[in-house]
Amino acid sequence: MKYIIRIFIDSLRMARKDLLDFSRDRMQLVFFLIMPVFMMIMTGFIFPTENSLKNIPLGVANQDTGQVSATVTQVLTDMKTSSGDHIFTIKTCTDANAIKDAIKAQKINGGVYIASDFSQMIQQNQPASVSIIPDQSNPQISQILTQLLQQVIAGTSAGLAQAKVGEIIKLTATVSPQLAQANPSAIIQPIQSTIDSLIPGKPNYFQFVAPGIMAMIVMMSVMTGLAVSVSREREAGTLDGLLIAPVSRLSIILGKAFSQTVRGMIQGMIVLLLAILMFGVHVYGSWLIMIVLLFLGVFAFMGIGILVSAVASAQESAMTIMMTLQFPMMFLSGVFFPIQQMPQVMQYISKIIPLTYEAAALRKVIVLGAGLGSVWIEVLILSIFGVVMLAIAVPTFRRVITK
Amino acid sequence: MNVIEVKNLTKQFNGFKAVDNISFSVAKGEIFGFLGPNGAGKSTTIKMLCTLTRPTAGQATVAEHDIIREPALVREHIGLVAEKIILYDRLTASENLKFFGHLYHLPKKLIEEKAIKWMKELKMEEWKDKLVGTFSTGMKQRVNIARALLTDPEVLFLDEPTLGLDPQTSRLIRDFIKDLRAHGVTIILTTHIMPEADELSDVIAIIDHGKIIAVDTSQNLKTTIKKEKATLEDVFLQMTGRDMREETHENIPSARGRHMFGGRSRIR
Repeated sequence: MKYIIRIFIDSLRMARKDLLDFSRDRMQLVFFLIMPVFMMIMTGFIFPTENSLKNIPLGVANQDTGQVSATVTQVLTDMKTSSGDHIFTIKTCTDANAIKDAIKAQKINGGVYIASDFSQMIQQNQPASVSIIPDQSNPQISQILTQLLQQVIAGTSAGLAQAKVGEIIKLTATVSPQLAQANPSAIIQPIQSTIDSLIPGKPNYFQFVAPGIMAMIVMMSVMTGLAVSVSREREAGTLDGLLIAPVSRLSIILGKAFSQTVRGMIQGMIVLLLAILMFGVHVYGSWLIMIVLLFLGVFAFMGIGILVSAVASAQESAMTIMMTLQFPMMFLSGVFFPIQQMPQVMQYISKIIPLTYEAAALRKVIVLGAGLGSVWIEVLILSIFGVVMLAIAVPTFRRVITK
Repeated sequence: MNVIEVKNLTKQFNGFKAVDNISFSVAKGEIFGFLGPNGAGKSTTIKMLCTLTRPTAGQATVAEHDIIREPALVREHIGLVAEKIILYDRLTASENLKFFGHLYHLPKKLIEEKAIKWMKELKMEEWKDKLVGTFSTGMKQRVNIARALLTDPEVLFLDEPTLGLDPQTSRLIRDFIKDLRAHGVTIILTTHIMPEADELSDVIAIIDHGKIIAVDTSQNLKTTIKKEKATLEDVFLQMTGRDMREETHENIPSARGRHMFGGRSRIR
């Protein structure tokens, strides 16, 4: 027992020394704080959301002179985002070819072409068509644009249909009195869908990505920090000073792990605060579970960090090894892109990456307000991963450190 | 009584014998000059005696404790001034000393007393609250020696303690080493400065190609060569030859800093 307490106290001393040393390196401190800020802002602004789309140049070629086509154009002109900006900046074109040319010149991001017989066809109760011309060089924008335009056209079309069905009902009411009670929109679209969400509001990419980034930052901080810090001391020669002292090797590595955990948690909290303050992310679950999950994540990644610090003799090689390990983890763990979108092989790989479970559990807790009961599988997997990695890493470290 | 007993100690790195079956002993309170050309095996021997490297074969005791079976006990009785300075640049001199002192589980007050005592003796007291990173090499080395002595070790290993220092600091450190001997500390000293070894050492051992080729007092060594007013340098050059040591040591992990995997597990 006394031995265990001594190991613990020694490791706290090592951690304190590491943090003191770290806090005096201004340059490192600045980048330590800037890194999560950058990470959040970058991911925040490179992925388009509906709110981020405003004043999109849209070409409209209206060859029709009727009332309906004028309404469609007017609706497009008047569409506004929730913050009150116009979604489209309408550019008038002569015909479909003019729109295509303008897209090629990248003057507009898409176009709508209404043929000259449009109103006439509607009056004659024949199907009338509107062509949407997307800019295929920009799939993200064109997808959202196409969706919006289809909504506008479907809306206008439903309005027309209601009026027409209303007239039909009136005419046939004499034959069938029952029909007179009918709601025209129920005849056009008998089944309506409603969305009953677990949490209020629209899903937002940030809600999806923030928990993942938090998990990732903590992971990077612990793994890279641990390996670099050990190899830095090895290079400087101070590691020998620790090794000739009568302290357990376990204290040395635990001390490093403690100090890196503190750093990782601080960065994780910065990400969370930014997500809440700048990007409207809301934590629906319990903060306690969230923090416990973050610690568990640290625990799971610690073994990898120790293992790399044991084999990497220099800071440079520690960094190279870490980059190689972290890159696939970042992209395959579902932090930025849903795992379901990946090819099957990649999905299998993502299953063996601990970050996958860490990100998934955090996302469930933060976005869906899940309790411990819904994340116990992730908790179990992360715990087992952590224990196994440590069981491999600590003896390896002990053996390799004294060649 | 011998403080250090080395018997048939050998260290191999991937088949290369860095230290080849050496045996010697060091008496208590002695300054043991450990000389040899670059790559002769001096640092590897010191690392083994400090429990930083495990021997391939043979045995050794330091302060009556076996370096293989009781490394933790050995560590309590030794101090090391290695080739690289063991201090944290972003900690002050006294923060460094306190940190290392605490690793030996000594009472806080005792550590503070010792820190002040040794810094006074090494004329560093007025700098105790300044960051080590701002010090000159000489100042760093003085604090470094204070660190090694903080726990009053029985054996002090000094690996080229005056390397790259100005004559003033070198003098201070040499006089200080003599003072330590007067207080009964056993010192293992490696150096390439022959007059320094001659001045300080009670016994000199010369190691070359991993083997000890001579152990004797400086006086006796000088009489072995036929030259009037022979110096220790004459002895050294005659014994180790005039060839420069240009073989590379790619087998020694500590010598290949640029490699991805410094010490793989098969090097044990």
